[in-house]
Amino acid sequence: MTTLSTPRQDSTNRTRKSALRDGSSRSGGTRATVRRRADGRFVLACLLPALVLFIVFMIVPTVNVFRMSLYTWSGFSPDLRFVGLDNFSRLLDDEQFVRAFQNTVALLIVVTVVTMGMALFLAAIMTRQRLRGRNLYRFVLYIPNVLSVVVIAAIFSAVYDQENGLLNGTLRLLSLDGLQQVWLGDQKIVLYSVAIAMVWQSLGYYMVLYMAGMASIPEELYEASALDGASATRQFFSLTLPLIWQSLRTTLTFFVMSAVNLSFVLVRAMTGGGPDGSSEVLLSYMYKQAYTNSSYGYGMAIGVVIFAFSFLVSLLVSRATRREPLQF
Amino acid sequence: MTLTSSSRPRTGRALTYALVVALSLVIAVPVAWVLLASLKGKSEFFGSPWTLPEGLHIQNYVDAFVTAHMGQYFLTSVFVTVLGLVFVLAVSVPAAYVIARYEFRGRRLVEFALLGGLFVNVNYIVVPIFLMLVDWDRALIDVFPGGFFIDNPAVLSLVYAATSIPFTIYLLTAYFRSIPVEYEEAAALDGASRLRIMTTVMLPMARPAVTTVILFNFLAYWNDFIIALTLLPGEGKTLQVGLLNLFTAQKAAADYGRLYAGMVIVIVPVFLLYALIQRRLIEGMASGGVKG
Repeated sequence: MTTLSTPRQDSTNRTRKSALRDGSSRSGGTRATVRRRADGRFVLACLLPALVLFIVFMIVPTVNVFRMSLYTWSGFSPDLRFVGLDNFSRLLDDEQFVRAFQNTVALLIVVTVVTMGMALFLAAIMTRQRLRGRNLYRFVLYIPNVLSVVVIAAIFSAVYDQENGLLNGTLRLLSLDGLQQVWLGDQKIVLYSVAIAMVWQSLGYYMVLYMAGMASIPEELYEASALDGASATRQFFSLTLPLIWQSLRTTLTFFVMSAVNLSFVLVRAMTGGGPDGSSEVLLSYMYKQAYTNSSYGYGMAIGVVIFAFSFLVSLLVSRATRREPLQF
Repeated sequence: MTLTSSSRPRTGRALTYALVVALSLVIAVPVAWVLLASLKGKSEFFGSPWTLPEGLHIQNYVDAFVTAHMGQYFLTSVFVTVLGLVFVLAVSVPAAYVIARYEFRGRRLVEFALLGGLFVNVNYIVVPIFLMLVDWDRALIDVFPGGFFIDNPAVLSLVYAATSIPFTIYLLTAYFRSIPVEYEEAAALDGASRLRIMTTVMLPMARPAVTTVILFNFLAYWNDFIIALTLLPGEGKTLQVGLLNLFTAQKAAADYGRLYAGMVIVIVPVFLLYALIQRRLIEGMASGGVKG
């Protein structure tokens, strides 16, 4: 199973390791084969448990999602029928699905734009200006990232509570009763309420990521451009942004993933998709179909669409934002 | 900004200050509010939300721990999380080590598959996993009439471990590769076996990466509710699912005190951990680019 490559003057650890093994088994051809076989057993023993778990609990279920999208099946009955692409063509006429799709796209755009803008701005302030106590701010802003989604959903339902919530209660105190809303019960507002919770959750995370990127930009560049008379705003747009472009691109993929996944867990815990499907997102609709509604095959077809959608969007975004990496 | 700020009035700086402080408050206030509100008595929830609790209303915590079974769920969560961490480390450390250090046929394929696994989110595959376990239970109905795989916290740990294998191996492999090979050469010359080299030479040196892996997986397992909700439909729940139930019950009965106390019980362990190791957590995340 193992191949002993000839020693090479290569700097990578891997080839150096095979060089090491060559060196220690140089004494004869038979010793080398014995060693090779023992190596093979060792590799297999180390690799097998992880591979078995990975295949059984990740690869098989993933393949099943794709396979089952071509069948109708209630989930429990033995009645399984191959229908080809019927599930997918049914999707096009499903108003609830179209709505869930629109909601996901809306969340993707709104949350990405708002979070990215705010996180970039905060990161720039925190790295460029030596704010007193910035470690404390970083600590506080990162807190939501360690909280569970259930906790965040519960916090926001406390904030949004119609009668005794933080938001409406405060508005009443300020005699701004007219601004009170049924934050999670109004079809027009609920999606924005979810979006705010998503921004709240992820702002600190992206800020820390961007701060890490900005910290690696040499100070001399800023000094030089300041001598040339560039303002802080100008520096941000023509120095900072181009130099952290690569980490911006990476986070765009994260934004796509979180618009699909985080929105699901939040919606599942916070609104259950309501009122009347107005906060339903793709994954929560899939879950409902596959699990609650027992149209398992149909649910898996939705899963395939989500998969393809997030993959395509990530790919397109990555293509569209490709630039020559800048050196500094 | 440091240089140009001298030419500008101080208002700009004060403004940015105010903005950062305001945003920090927007994050901190709701969390702090829940902590305080968990000590309020029933009548105090009506009226202004800004009043401080009149006394320490510990009854909320008693209700949450005992009546709502949060104490029992807490133990389940600890068990599932610890066992999941044991599982994932036991299978991932050896695998990551041989991927980093040995040439073998199919290594590229294995690496590629694991890399692909990074993009498979558990939310997609939790239903197929559930149905697969139901099938296994049905096949074993003679041996375990009550079922074995569903409603088994140990199986939940195994699923947690399995779904975090790609991320764990990815991080560990990268770290193993960064360790110079000379240490192993020396140990091999001294006659140490492969297993010994892995466990007593390489594992201690990979401690920073192992710590990072433990941290992120701890947060993932402790905070998950989708998998736990699906695989433990019976009485034995994890803390997050228990909290979700409290949360749903509160919507009907407006029993705020118990819910807020339950939230505090869920938050405190994570918060303590975060306060202790926040620097490491944040730096680990920034360098690894891990989606939390």
